[in-house]
Amino acid sequence: MKSNTWTIIKKEFARFFGDRQLLFTTVIMPGLLIYIIYSLMGVGIKSMVSQGADEVVTMRVENLPPSMAPLLATDSCLVVVEQGFGQEDVDNLEDKSVNVVLARFPEGFDSLVAAYTPQAGVAAPNVEIYYNSANNASLRVFSLLSGGLTAYEEQMSNRFDINRADREEQKFDQATTDQVLGNVWSKLLPMIIVMMLFSGVMSIAPSSIAGEKERGTIATLLVTPMRRNELAIGKIVSLSSIGLLSGISSFVGIALSLPKMVHGDASDLDLAFNYSLRDYTALLLVIFATVLVMSAAVSLLSAMAKDVKNAGTMVTPLMMVVTLAGLLPMFQSGASHSLAVYLVPFYNSIEVMVGLFAHELAVVPLLVTLAANLIYSVAAVWGLTRMFNSEKVMFSR
Amino acid sequence: MEEILQANGLCKTFTLSRKQQRIERAQTRRKVAVDNLSFSAYKGEIFGLLGPNGAGKTTTLRMLSTLIKPDSGDATLCGYSVVGQPAEVRGQIGFLTSELKLEDFFTPNYLFDFFSRLHRVDPDVTARRKEQMFARFGIDRFAEVKVANLSTGMKQKLSLVISLVHDPEVVIFDEPTNGLDVLTARTVTDYLQELRSAGKTVILSTHIFSLVERLCDRVGVIIDGRMTACGTLDEVCGGLSIEDRFFEIYKEQKGGAE
Ligand SMILES: Nc1ncnc2c1ncn2[C@@H]1O[C@H](COP(=O)(O)OP(=O)(O)OP(=O)(O)O)[C@@H](O)[C@H]1O
Ligand SMILES: [Mg+2]
Repeated sequence: MKSNTWTIIKKEFARFFGDRQLLFTTVIMPGLLIYIIYSLMGVGIKSMVSQGADEVVTMRVENLPPSMAPLLATDSCLVVVEQGFGQEDVDNLEDKSVNVVLARFPEGFDSLVAAYTPQAGVAAPNVEIYYNSANNASLRVFSLLSGGLTAYEEQMSNRFDINRADREEQKFDQATTDQVLGNVWSKLLPMIIVMMLFSGVMSIAPSSIAGEKERGTIATLLVTPMRRNELAIGKIVSLSSIGLLSGISSFVGIALSLPKMVHGDASDLDLAFNYSLRDYTALLLVIFATVLVMSAAVSLLSAMAKDVKNAGTMVTPLMMVVTLAGLLPMFQSGASHSLAVYLVPFYNSIEVMVGLFAHELAVVPLLVTLAANLIYSVAAVWGLTRMFNSEKVMFSR
Repeated sequence: MEEILQANGLCKTFTLSRKQQRIERAQTRRKVAVDNLSFSAYKGEIFGLLGPNGAGKTTTLRMLSTLIKPDSGDATLCGYSVVGQPAEVRGQIGFLTSELKLEDFFTPNYLFDFFSRLHRVDPDVTARRKEQMFARFGIDRFAEVKVANLSTGMKQKLSLVISLVHDPEVVIFDEPTNGLDVLTARTVTDYLQELRSAGKTVILSTHIFSLVERLCDRVGVIIDGRMTACGTLDEVCGGLSIEDRFFEIYKEQKGGAE
C-alpha cells in the first residue's frame, strides 16, 4: 500500500522536476519576481525621498527676519537673496523646472510677533511662501521654512511640554523594539505567507488533478489494481511538497529584498527580525500544516471540476476567503485567545503566525492548529478517494 | 471449456443532462444503456460484442473493467466479482480503450516501468517483458521519445503494450482497430490472435463485421443494450454471412419494439 503511494509521488515529482518550464514558473519565478519588484520598490522609495535633496535652490526673501537667517543657513544648497518680488515672479513658479522659492515676511516680523496677542481681534502676522510642490527641491525648501516657523511659533507660546527628556536615556514609550516590530510583522507577514503558499498550490494542483481528468490520463491509473486512497494520498502529498517549494521560494524572495525595502543593510534586519529557533520551528510546522490543507482543499475542488479552467473558477472563491482571512490581523491586536478559532482552517494558521511574529507564540493553539489541519487533510484524502471511486465525478460527460 | 467470464443481468441507466436529452431527442431523461445483459466467455477464446453505435458496448466493457458500477447484476472475471472485488478484477484484466490516455510528458520507457510497479510486477520480469514487447511493436526505437511526440499509431501500440504490462488473463478491448491504418490494425489483430494462442481470453467490441468474422470464436449481438443473439459464429449466423444475419436480427428487434 505504501509503495503505490510512493510510486505516484515519484511520478508527480518526475513530471514536475523534469519540466524546466514548470519548475521555473512555479519555483524560481515567484521568488525572483518578488525579489525584483520589492528591490525596485525599495530603490524607488529611496530615490523619491532623496530626490531634490542636493539641488541648488534660489530663495528670494522680502524682509528676512534675523530669527530665521540661521535656519536657512542649515541648507547648504540654498542661496538666499534678500530682494523683493512681484506677481510676475510668482507666476513664473508655474514652470516646475525652476528651482526658486519666494518668501514675504511682514516688516519687523520678530517684533510684530512678539507684540501680538490672539485676544486683540486683529489678524495675526502672515508669512507668504510661494513654491511649487511638484518640484522636489522647491518642496524641500518650503518644508524647511514652514517647519522652522512652526517651531518658532510653538517656542514663543510655550506653556507646557509633553514627554520632555530631562535626563539622558529617559524613555517614555516602554515598548521594546521587538514588540514594535513584532506588531508590524504580525500584521503583514501572515497574509503574505498564506497568499504565497496558496498561489504555489494553485499553480500546480488544478493541472495535476483536473488536468489529468480532462486529458483522460487518470482513467488509465484507475484501471490498475492500485487502491484509490493510495492515489489520493500520493497526489496530496506530492502537491503539498511542490506547493511548499513554491512558497519557500517566495519567502526567500521576500527575505532577501526586505533590507532593500527598508533601505538599510542586512544587520538592521537581524535586529528587526529577532526570532528564536523555537519560533522558526513553529513557523515551519504551521507552514507545513497550511500547505497540506491547501493542497487538500484545492485537490478536492479540482477533482470536482470538469477541466483545468473550471477548476480555476471553482478555486477563486476559496482564494478570496483566504485573502480576507489574511487581512483580519490588521484589525485586531495580537492573536486570538479563543481555542475555537484554531479549528477554522486557514484562519488558524494565520492566527498562530500572528502570535508567533508578535513574540507571543502559545503552544496550545499551535498544537490545536496542527491537529485540526491534519484531521482535515485526512478527511480530504477520504473525500478524494470517494471522488476517485465515483463514476459520476470521474467519467460524467 | 473453462468459463472465465460470466456476466449476469448487467443493467446500467444514465441520467441525461438537458442538453444531451435534446441531442438524442429522448422523451425521458433516463437512458437505459445496458439492459439485463448476460453472457459468458471461455478461456482461450476471442469473444466479440457486435452492435451499432450507441448499443451499449462501451458501457458493458467499462462495467466489466470496474470503471463504472452496474445498477444491478454482476459479472465474475477469473472468479472475482466486479461489484465486490474490483481491485482483484483489475489485477486480472488489461483494459484498452481510446479514452484511456497516457501522459504526454513521459517516455514509453518510463510509463512501462511506472505501470509495472503499480501492477506489482517483479523488476526483472518487467525488464524482460519490456524488451520483448517494445521489440514486438517497434517501440524500441521510440523508447525515449515523449508520448506527445509519438504518432497516433505508435501511441495506440504503446497503450496496448502498457495495458498488458502485467500479462493479464483477460484482455478487454474497446474498438481495437478504430483510427488505425491497415498496417497498424493488422499488427494489433495479429497480436490478439497470439494472445489467444497463449491461452488468454480476449473480449472486444466492434461494429465491423469483417473483424468479427476474421477474429472471433464467439459473438454476442447487442442492440439497444440487450443481448439479442449469442454463441459461436456458426450458431449465430446459421449459414448466413454475419452481415446478413445482423440485419435480420436488427429488423426482428426493431419490428418487435415498434
Ligand atoms: N456517462 C454517460 N452519461 C449519459 N449517457 C451515456 C453515458 N455513457 C453512455 N451513455 C449513453 O448510453 C448509450 C450507450 O453508449 P455506449 O457508449 O455504451 O455505446 P456503444 O455501443 O459503445 O456505441 P459506439 O459504437 O458509438 O461506441 C448511448 O446512448 C450513450 O449516449
Ligand atoms: Mg463505444
